[in-house]
Amino acid sequence: MNDTVGRYRAMTAHRLFWPAAVLVVMLAANTVYRPGFLSVELKDGHLYGTPIDILRLSAPLILVALGMTVVISTGGIDLSVGSMCAISGAIACMYISQQPDQNSLPVVLTALAMALGVALVLGAWNGVLVAVIGIQPIIATLILMVAGRGLAQLITEGQIITINSEPYRAIGLGHVLTLPLAILIALAAALLVGAFTRRTALGMIIESVGGNAEASRLAGIRSGRVIFLAYVLSAVCAAVAGFMMTANVSSADGNAAGLWVELDAILAVVIGGTSLAGGRFFLSGTILGALIIQTLTTTVYAMNISPQTSLLFKAVVVIAVCLIQAPAFRARFARRRSSAPPPSAVTDSPKEQVPA
Amino acid sequence: MTDSRPVLTMTGISKSFPGVRALHDVNFRLFPGEVHALMGENGAGKSTLIKVLTGVYDTDEGAITLDGAPVSFSGPMQATAAGVSTVYQEVNLCTNLSVAENIFIGREPRLLGAVRWGEVRRRARALLARLDLDLDVSAPLGSYSLAIQQMVAIARAIDIQARVLILDEPTSSLDAGEVAQLFRIMRQLRDEGIAILFVTHFLDQVYEIADRITVLRNGGLVGEYPTIELPQLSLVEKMIGKELDVLEGIEEHSRRDLAAVEEGTPLVAVSNLGRAGAVEPFSLTIHAGEVVGLAGLLGSGRTEVARLLFGADRADGGQVAVNGEPSGLRTPAQAIDRGIGFCSENRRAEGIVADLSVRENLILAMQAARGWLRPIPRRRQDELVEKYIKALSIRPADPEVPVRNLSGGNQQKVLLARWLITEPRLLILDEPTRGIDIGAKTEIQKLVTQLSDGGMAVLFISAELEEVLRLSHKVAVMRDRQMVAQLANDDSLDADRVMQTIASGTHREEADR
Repeated sequence: MNDTVGRYRAMTAHRLFWPAAVLVVMLAANTVYRPGFLSVELKDGHLYGTPIDILRLSAPLILVALGMTVVISTGGIDLSVGSMCAISGAIACMYISQQPDQNSLPVVLTALAMALGVALVLGAWNGVLVAVIGIQPIIATLILMVAGRGLAQLITEGQIITINSEPYRAIGLGHVLTLPLAILIALAAALLVGAFTRRTALGMIIESVGGNAEASRLAGIRSGRVIFLAYVLSAVCAAVAGFMMTANVSSADGNAAGLWVELDAILAVVIGGTSLAGGRFFLSGTILGALIIQTLTTTVYAMNISPQTSLLFKAVVVIAVCLIQAPAFRARFARRRSSAPPPSAVTDSPKEQVPA
Repeated sequence: MTDSRPVLTMTGISKSFPGVRALHDVNFRLFPGEVHALMGENGAGKSTLIKVLTGVYDTDEGAITLDGAPVSFSGPMQATAAGVSTVYQEVNLCTNLSVAENIFIGREPRLLGAVRWGEVRRRARALLARLDLDLDVSAPLGSYSLAIQQMVAIARAIDIQARVLILDEPTSSLDAGEVAQLFRIMRQLRDEGIAILFVTHFLDQVYEIADRITVLRNGGLVGEYPTIELPQLSLVEKMIGKELDVLEGIEEHSRRDLAAVEEGTPLVAVSNLGRAGAVEPFSLTIHAGEVVGLAGLLGSGRTEVARLLFGADRADGGQVAVNGEPSGLRTPAQAIDRGIGFCSENRRAEGIVADLSVRENLILAMQAARGWLRPIPRRRQDELVEKYIKALSIRPADPEVPVRNLSGGNQQKVLLARWLITEPRLLILDEPTRGIDIGAKTEIQKLVTQLSDGGMAVLFISAELEEVLRLSHKVAVMRDRQMVAQLANDDSLDADRVMQTIASGTHREEADR
């Protein structure tokens, strides 16, 4: 008896428990509403079905959120990722549209390389503003968030650039081994970022800088370089997400591509358990967070919630998710239900108590 | 004075955290009009007992009564309202607000919802007058010294008809004069009938001011004693639970031979290093195996010297040569490259990374020196961490615990170990023994001796002269941001002479405060 209680506690204490539980509840609610929701079928060697759609559509958000996780962990934030998506999509589509053979693979690869090159430069710009010049991250990246939209518009000359390129379209809609290519790219990026941070000492150093920048400096960490790298990584992730977004619709719209994705990405990071104050980061939590957000969007469509109320509906669900996530809220809730005080939760609270 | 009934009793208090039994069946009582010292090593349960009392933590078992009636506070706010006020070690006030605002923040006198600022200032002045403080209550709190800020915190605490005042290590950042000022106020409040619970690591202060002493060890109660019936030696024995032969081992080691270590090229030779507004240009040589003590009052420039040597602040003039080669020490990373390590006095802000585990904190400096592309293999990490946890007896001995869960003394040991792992040639220790208990203090002092015997140079900064004299080959004295003297630590040097140098060392006029 005591053992099961202990196991239950250990399970609910795991940092991925609550995000996972929320995702399961959402999927269950959808299945109740529409029994065929979870069914997946194999057609022409490809898997089809709502769960696969959710995975495919969440791929760009996962990518953006991965980079955002690392940036937030350093104690910063990157608001420019949405504009970055638009710029990379615009460059790639513009280049492809000007070539005689849009279906040629070398043309598409050149387009991607050009866009990634620009992403590196713009990521470095953010990195220099934050790490070298010392501008507050929210301001520094706000510059590119606003100016970047203009840049994307300049590239597309204010037009929506439509292309007809099979290889490029495959980035968003293609299949490999029955699975959508997009989700495989996102997965590969996740593994890459995971290896980049956890197989090297970069992850720990980022967490150290985000946790206590001055202590890290005095321990000999050249925190500037680490922060710089984080913004470059974020820009590259956003650029790849931008390819997917434009490939999905085979066109680049400098105004609409990646609009507000930075906010979804920040939300995914927070749902995943990474603190906005910096420090510890959790890539797997971020991925769960991105899936939750995409599932929510799909739910809004699947349940035929009218467009007028859909934003409000999303907001209510997001607030509920964030509250369930918060240990302080759960503790208060539990205390109110049973008059006995909760036994633990003291060691969870990270900040110092402020006396009256 | 203890003939009345206790104002506060705690009986059979027990409190556990996951994996740790912090308090076990502890009794404590407090009488009106007494200063009662709560003593114990780091991790003995002093802070936990205070937090249980003020409602920060719930108790697992036990009862608390205030004026004979059982109470259970849900938090510090409620405790304060009931007359139990706490002033913490680190002043928890807003330095950017005015003195009066700080005293009344959260409970400003109001009229129809609007704050009556005139009333706030008038009452703040009255309150401070009661403590014999003459301050400009409209000035920002940050414009006053730490000691004054502490007094303001006390003023805030006693305003609320406090009957119990808890002072958790109020003296750890104060200098002697400031301590005297604090004690005068404590005596005055005691005479007014307030019960004061006083936590400190300074034994002399306990004997100066406390009427009674309660000793905790490992979460259990050792006993309650009137101060006059408990000699200092037996107090220490009760705190650490063993006989006091450890300290004497170090005493024998004192009086170290300066001439023996000061030969050949100095490890670090500083000439005219300075930084405007921080410290006047100074020159200093440190040889391998030499311990240089840095003495001086709080704010005399001790820490600034250390920060310049480590590249934490940039010097605006002068040269440093490491092993005879001129070296610009412009960043900590460069200093570390040249074999210098620096334990900051500000453990929380400049030392530990609270979120990270003990293991990660330990290897941080070494990893930083290797660069992020060359992670230390996990097996090597575990070896190093196990070795240093054992060598410095860091508790709890679990490398994966977040370092914020450790007590102050153990965090200090983690910091020390972080630098020892990098095997520096010069280790700068800024107040490494401040705010930690006598057991850990002795261990750290012993360690310094061992390290210097092993050839490491140490720059040892401490406000406690005995400690500096016990460990150093030579003592550099700071006064008013100048290095005024360098004294060989031979038989002729004693605390009095150092004190005189500090007091009268230079031609400069008494400046600040």
